[in-house]
Amino acid sequence: MTLETFLSEKKPALIEKWFNLILATYPADTSSFLKNQKDRFTNPVGHTIYQGIEKILDELVQGVDLDRVSPFLDNILRVRAVQDFTASQAVAFIFSLKNVVREEIKGEKNLTVSCDELHKLDSHIDALALASFDIFMKCREKLYDIRANELRNMTFRLVQRANALGGERDAESESPPEGSNNDNA
Amino acid sequence: MAKGPTPEELSNIDYTPPPKEWMDVPTVFKPGTFCWGAKGKNLQILEFPNARDWTPVEEDWKLPENWQEILLEGMKERLGKYRSFQLFMDICVRCGACADKCHFFVGGGDPKNMPVLRAELLRSVYRKHFTTAGKMLGKVAGARELTLDVLKEWWYYFFQCTECRRCSLFCPYGIDQAEITMMGRELLNLIGLNTDWISGPVANCYMKGNHLGLEPHTIVSNIEYMLDDIETITGIKINPSFNRKGAEILFVTPSGDLFADPGTYTCMGYLMLFHELGLDYTWSTYASEGGNFGFFTSNEMAKRLNSKIYAEAKRLGVKYIIGGECGHMWRVIHQYMDTWNGPADFLEVPVSPITGTRFDTAKSLKMIHIAEFTADLINHGKLKLDPSRNDDLVVTYHDSCNTSRGMGLLEEPRYIIKNVCNHFHEMPENTIREQTFCCGSGTGLNAGENMELRMRGGFPRANAVKYVKEKHGVNMLANICAIDRATLSAAVDYWVPGVRVTGVHELVANALIMKGEKKRETNLRGEPLPGKEGN
Repeated sequence: MTLETFLSEKKPALIEKWFNLILATYPADTSSFLKNQKDRFTNPVGHTIYQGIEKILDELVQGVDLDRVSPFLDNILRVRAVQDFTASQAVAFIFSLKNVVREEIKGEKNLTVSCDELHKLDSHIDALALASFDIFMKCREKLYDIRANELRNMTFRLVQRANALGGERDAESESPPEGSNNDNA
Repeated sequence: MAKGPTPEELSNIDYTPPPKEWMDVPTVFKPGTFCWGAKGKNLQILEFPNARDWTPVEEDWKLPENWQEILLEGMKERLGKYRSFQLFMDICVRCGACADKCHFFVGGGDPKNMPVLRAELLRSVYRKHFTTAGKMLGKVAGARELTLDVLKEWWYYFFQCTECRRCSLFCPYGIDQAEITMMGRELLNLIGLNTDWISGPVANCYMKGNHLGLEPHTIVSNIEYMLDDIETITGIKINPSFNRKGAEILFVTPSGDLFADPGTYTCMGYLMLFHELGLDYTWSTYASEGGNFGFFTSNEMAKRLNSKIYAEAKRLGVKYIIGGECGHMWRVIHQYMDTWNGPADFLEVPVSPITGTRFDTAKSLKMIHIAEFTADLINHGKLKLDPSRNDDLVVTYHDSCNTSRGMGLLEEPRYIIKNVCNHFHEMPENTIREQTFCCGSGTGLNAGENMELRMRGGFPRANAVKYVKEKHGVNMLANICAIDRATLSAAVDYWVPGVRVTGVHELVANALIMKGEKKRETNLRGEPLPGKEGN
């Protein structure tokens, strides 16, 4: 049996173990909620993580296509980027997959895995980790972007009016900046 | 040279948090999760106690020496004054029904955001000082002293509750967590511990009548600017009146509608609708704020800021009041205004001059929500509408916490939207109507410095929006709340890019066929109407 076939067969067990490891990064009360509440709207974090790792494992078995796997990494990291995690804690769940797979291999007596196969798998997981760093950074940058946009929009109408007082309403001042806005009404 | 961890050590880092009792978990002030402290000058304007500049991350909060005494006295006073507070301190059996209902817990995962635990922060001190069991048994009875760490924990978590009341819906005893947070914030206010984002607008409102501090000429010129845009789009020149004595109706709306997009488009919607009806109404530059951030400081301050609405109605001699699209404004008006500043016996029961409908639900209050007013117009066929002008929009509707759970305004906005748009899809049942998820930024949490917290809190809402976007192609999130219009714009920008946010009356005005209008080419945002893209 090749490692690829083994991973396919063991997918449900791998998902369960990986999911539990990720949930263990939350406080105990939280992780039991994230695990046990099955409604995707009541428990969007648990659902997002579960659905995400399921798809990531699918990809891993087939060889990693970052274009296909990125949206699922994004879903998970977008959540962890605003929770109480440092950058390393937020992306560490990808590395924990290495341990999950190795534990599962150890328990399978009929499987012999070559160094090459294992190296290939590790490389795929490393590629996922690197992509995760990029996604995490994009999420953080987006947060600062939103903050800046809110500030800009708060004064946008004022600036627009000031421009109008000073002369013609120019095309640039006619279009509000993209993104979010804020007020404290 | 310092020795780094070995590769083996690196791969074995355990991120599992150590299990601890909640009382033993220290509060960490993580940037992005809290607002800046109130400025001394604003507290001074409001005659709030302990006015000084302070910073939450600094060790010294510059508290009065006897702060514990002040807080315990304040607690005693409120336990005596508000029966509900006493009841909510005693009655909880910690069944856990509320635990997973808070958007901050659901999106952020901090157990102290479980409503039951957030209330325990206060209850534990209540037990220690006001119950025999707590006094005698201490921690065993869930009681603890009011230490500086406990105070900081209060501050951190009572400004992580938006008083949305979703948890109360599921509580078998009906414990209103919003009221517990209100009490928590009132107590903190006694020693000068409010936030800048709340106390600034409250000071503005106290001095100038609205949160943004807009003076009368600025309000007028802002609206004139919108009138120019309306004329460009429709060819119709509108001349609304300001502070006009003898008008039939006074119109009050949140000041955010006057200034910040996309609220300004909603405001243009009001102007166009009222003009088309020929409504005998007036704006006020004195009662220029429907919202009430005073509500997030103390009962007395909320009452003080609210008093201008009836006062202005009396001064102008109007018959009744219509209020614009706002959330917490309506919690205050619907549930408190009449008791605080009524009886408004100088006003009449609202009767629509167009349809003759008498709004008996506002028999005592004398103020109706614009959604009720407009839904009645449509129901009587009084508006000429072309919903196809909104055909580029696939709309869903977010129930604002205050208008849905607070006042039961569930059907009217939906009825309006369905009449002015051809493409409408509901979000899943357990995320709308009474069970709606908060925007995550209400009760004065819509600052910039706590953006991570806002995104956590907004996730459950955004997650449902994402679902209808993927399933039905939803690209517009409608609501009837000024804070929602601002904060959901940020939330969807992060969680569901491609979805925009609108007020319901922006959609109405786009569809509204006005007498004498020119052929409309664009919507209120200046974007080409469907089918006019090539022009």
